[in-house]
Amino acid sequence: MTTLEEVRQRVESDAKSNGYYLNPDPEVLRHLLEGLRKNEERYDYPSCPCRLAFESFELDRDIICPCDYRDPDVDEYGSCYCSLFVSKDVFEGKIPLKPIPERRPNEKQIGPHIKSAKAFTKTTAVKATASIRKSSERGMKLFYCRQCGYVCFREEPPYLCPICKAKRELFAEVTIS
Amino acid sequence: MQTITVPGKNSKHRVLLYALSTCIWCKRVKSFLRENGIEYDFFDVDLHGEKEREEVTADILRRGGRLSYPTIIIDGEMLITGFKEDKLREVLEI
Repeated sequence: MTTLEEVRQRVESDAKSNGYYLNPDPEVLRHLLEGLRKNEERYDYPSCPCRLAFESFELDRDIICPCDYRDPDVDEYGSCYCSLFVSKDVFEGKIPLKPIPERRPNEKQIGPHIKSAKAFTKTTAVKATASIRKSSERGMKLFYCRQCGYVCFREEPPYLCPICKAKRELFAEVTIS
Repeated sequence: MQTITVPGKNSKHRVLLYALSTCIWCKRVKSFLRENGIEYDFFDVDLHGEKEREEVTADILRRGGRLSYPTIIIDGEMLITGFKEDKLREVLEI
């Protein structure tokens, strides 16, 4: 079982290597780390403590900490969605820490099993079902970063390259003929 | 769906909170309501199964909300996504 200390070490090292800081409030930080530990215990992966997981690695991949949205969120708002990772300015108190809007698309939050949701968001639900079906048929694509060569296999390219921080626009699909 | 009621001196408005047990912003909303003596009902969505999750999802979407937590529904009419302290103060008249 992962301990709180192991979770702390992991996120501290991730923050250091990416130029981020952890939430400056020790009590909030402890709660967030405990949330990650709990999610790892119940889902086998540390999904974001502030988002509802589907308990399926495939569907939750984008919200596994550090989530796909962290880099653009810290960049734009000074903190990630759950406020675990913050910028230097927020850490030093120059910018107040506030809740930020959810960047994750709404259709990704609708589980494939939620039937009634489709009635209310017909278009998005259809889109979500289509994308889930696609991935289950292994219809995912290969993308590479044109700046550093990083390659990933997923439905869409990441917001930022996890290696060199190039923006999404620099990703291109790999086509194998 | 079995919600948990947290009693408070101020029950002028009916407050329903959809939350996640691990979420720090949900925890802040709970503390905020408690500190201001607001009576509220809450439901920790992550601690429940598919049936209840579907009910919550349908309820939030029906009201035009986003599927993110905390979601606060006041008097069955006003939906607030996220911990917006100023907005809560205004709507709850505190």
